[in-house]
Order: sequence, then structure tokens, then C-alpha cells
Amino acid sequence: MPASIASKDKPTTDEFIKGLWRENPVFVQVLGMCPVLAVSNTARNALAMGLATMFVLLMSNIVISSLRRFIPKQVRIATYILVIATFVTVVDYVIQAISLDLHKALGAFIALIVVNCLILGRAEAFASKNTVGRAILDGLGMGVGFTFALLCLGAVREILGNGALFGFQLFHDEFQDWVVMILPGGGFFTLAAWLLVFNWMKKRKERLDKLGVAAREVA
Amino acid sequence: MTGDPLWSIFVNACLINNFVLAYFLGICPFIGVSGKMATATRMGGAVTFVMLVSSACAFGIQQLLTAIDAPYLRLISFIAVIASTVQLVEMFIKKVSPALFRALGIFLPLITTNCAILGLALFQTNKGYDFVQCVVYALGAGVGFTLALILMAGLREKLDLASVPDVVKGTALTLMLAGILSIAFMGFAGLGG
Repeated sequence: MPASIASKDKPTTDEFIKGLWRENPVFVQVLGMCPVLAVSNTARNALAMGLATMFVLLMSNIVISSLRRFIPKQVRIATYILVIATFVTVVDYVIQAISLDLHKALGAFIALIVVNCLILGRAEAFASKNTVGRAILDGLGMGVGFTFALLCLGAVREILGNGALFGFQLFHDEFQDWVVMILPGGGFFTLAAWLLVFNWMKKRKERLDKLGVAAREVA
Repeated sequence: MTGDPLWSIFVNACLINNFVLAYFLGICPFIGVSGKMATATRMGGAVTFVMLVSSACAFGIQQLLTAIDAPYLRLISFIAVIASTVQLVEMFIKKVSPALFRALGIFLPLITTNCAILGLALFQTNKGYDFVQCVVYALGAGVGFTLALILMAGLREKLDLASVPDVVKGTALTLMLAGILSIAFMGFAGLGG
């Protein structure tokens, strides 16, 4: 194997970091919206969902990446879905064993991790083309980025909707709960607000970059 | 739950607990294909059809899995059935209307990973509906999905003509509209009784 390919195959920290911010699955790629909106009504649910998704993402990335030479091109999507469905079944039963309350709160959305476009997207776009080491880092990075995004939403919705964070009351009794934040509509609004923040930052960076280039040209 | 009258199941799936606006299922096509009215209508039709077929199949599979006592295979077999139904619909549309096939693009195969359809199969099992109830439930969910998609497409077609700030354009605006629609749909909450 030539040196250049070997160095390309080597896992780098960039695989991990890109999922956190630059290619954040929720805020930048807008993938996996359904669970993001549905179970982010409290920070606790959001965290549990994020961790469950991260586990499935990591495991399916590992399996698909190590089997990538043996999976025929024509049936690859079906194979990926079966691998993912297997791990989701595992997670479903594990959560049920650990905490029945949590399982009830998340409901069918644990099973619905199967159809989270994020996981299939990473399998198709990354794990099927890269070594196991890089796939692990990619899975971890994307998973942490997804969990981070879910927590952002869950925290905002719980603070405004219940006046609490992870179940701890933050305000005095005078605080009037924004009930709409807990309702489905609130999920849409909160996510829209976060996307606005990210859009604004992106636009600002573009403008600054342009200014920087212009300044250099003048100099 | 098994004693629910059919009309109440239909109204429930279609309006009160609209799959898109109350359960957040199928958000990806909802945001992706709701740009034009014509595409939205046909996408709704395709999803409704897949829902009906996969709901009927899921009912059969559930009976079979209960009979052989293997509930842990549920998820895997449901998704396999849905994937093959979508394949069927895809071939059908490609044959009948190539133009529509191009318009739907990537979102047609993505019906497989449309959570609304898997969600439907799971919900009907959890609720313990019988066969007729399952089909009515699927029909309601499909009609509800189409309704949400068409409403959204109508709003977005109007918005194309409006001038909105640069930052808000795109997904953020669509999500805000969806939020408002979702609140509007909450008004149906009293219907089911």
C-alpha cells in the first residue's frame, strides 16, 4: 500500500470533530429531524435519545465498515437497514430493562431510530467507504454532535415549558410556564430558532471572510 | 382501545394526532417535497398507498410473530416489508409516469426511511387494532400526511413571492410555518371526545 493512501486511511481527530460543529447532523445537515423534535420535550429524554442513537450509530458504523468488502452493491441499503434494525432491537430491550419509565416516555421513538436518516446516511456516505478506525471516530463524532443538538433543544424546551432543567426547578413559583414549548408546536419553533442562530453565525462568518479577503487585496 | 369506532380512529389519525404535526413523523419529506403543490399531492398519494399496503402486511406479520413467539423480530420484519413495498411503488411510478418519478427524485426511495410508515406499523400493533381498524388507521394517517403536505406546499408557494430576510430563508422558515400549523391542528383536539 503506497504511503499516501496509508496516511489517508489513518484515523484523524478531524473525523471526530467535524461531527460536533462543522457538519453537525442536526443544525447543519438537518438530518434525523423526527426524533429531534419528538423527544426533546425534556432534557432527560433528549439525553437518553441522543445516547441511544449514538450507540446504534457507532455499532452500525463498525459492522458496516468491517463488512464493506463483502456487501454487494445492489443490496447494500437493505443490508444496512437490517444491521441497524438489529442494534435498535438491542437498544430497545436494554432501555426497557434499565428503566421502564424512560422506555414509556420515549415510546415508539426508540424503535424509530431504525429510520433515522442520520444513521443510514453515515453508513452510506462514510462507513461503507472507510476503515473501521475512521468509521468509529465518525460515529462517535456524529453521535456526540447529535446528542449535543438534542440537548440544546431539550434544555430550552424544558426551561421555558416547565421552568426546570433535568427535573430541577430553576425558578420561583411566580414563573409562568410556557405550555406551548412542551407541545408539538414548541418543538418546531425551538428548532427554527436554533437554525436561525446557526444561519446567522454562518452568514456572519461569510461576511467576515469576504471582508478579510477584500482587506488583503487592498493591502 | 380495540373497541374504538372506525370513524373515531380515522379522525384521530388524520386530524387530532396528525402524524406530521403532532407525532413529528415523516418530517424529512414534509420539509423536502413541500415546495410545489403538484409534487406534494402525488407524494402524499404515494405515501398513503405505501401506508395502506405495509399496514396490512404488518398486521399479518404481527399475527405470525405472535404465533411463533418471536417478538424481537418485529422491527426487522416490518422494515423489510416496507422496503419491498416501496420498491414496488417505485417501479410502478417509473412505468406509469416518468415525469413524476423525476419530480419525486430521491424522496421516493426515501419513503423506506420515512418514519411515518414504520411508526404507523408500530402504533397499530401497540394499540392492538384488528384488521379493519388497521386499514382505517392507515388511511387516516395517509390522508393526514397528505393534508399536512398540501397545506404546507400552499403556504410555501405563497411565500415564494414574499420578501423575507436572508437569514430566515430555507428550513428555518419552513419549521416556523410547521409550528404554526401544528398549533392550528391542536384545535382539533376536542373532536375525538
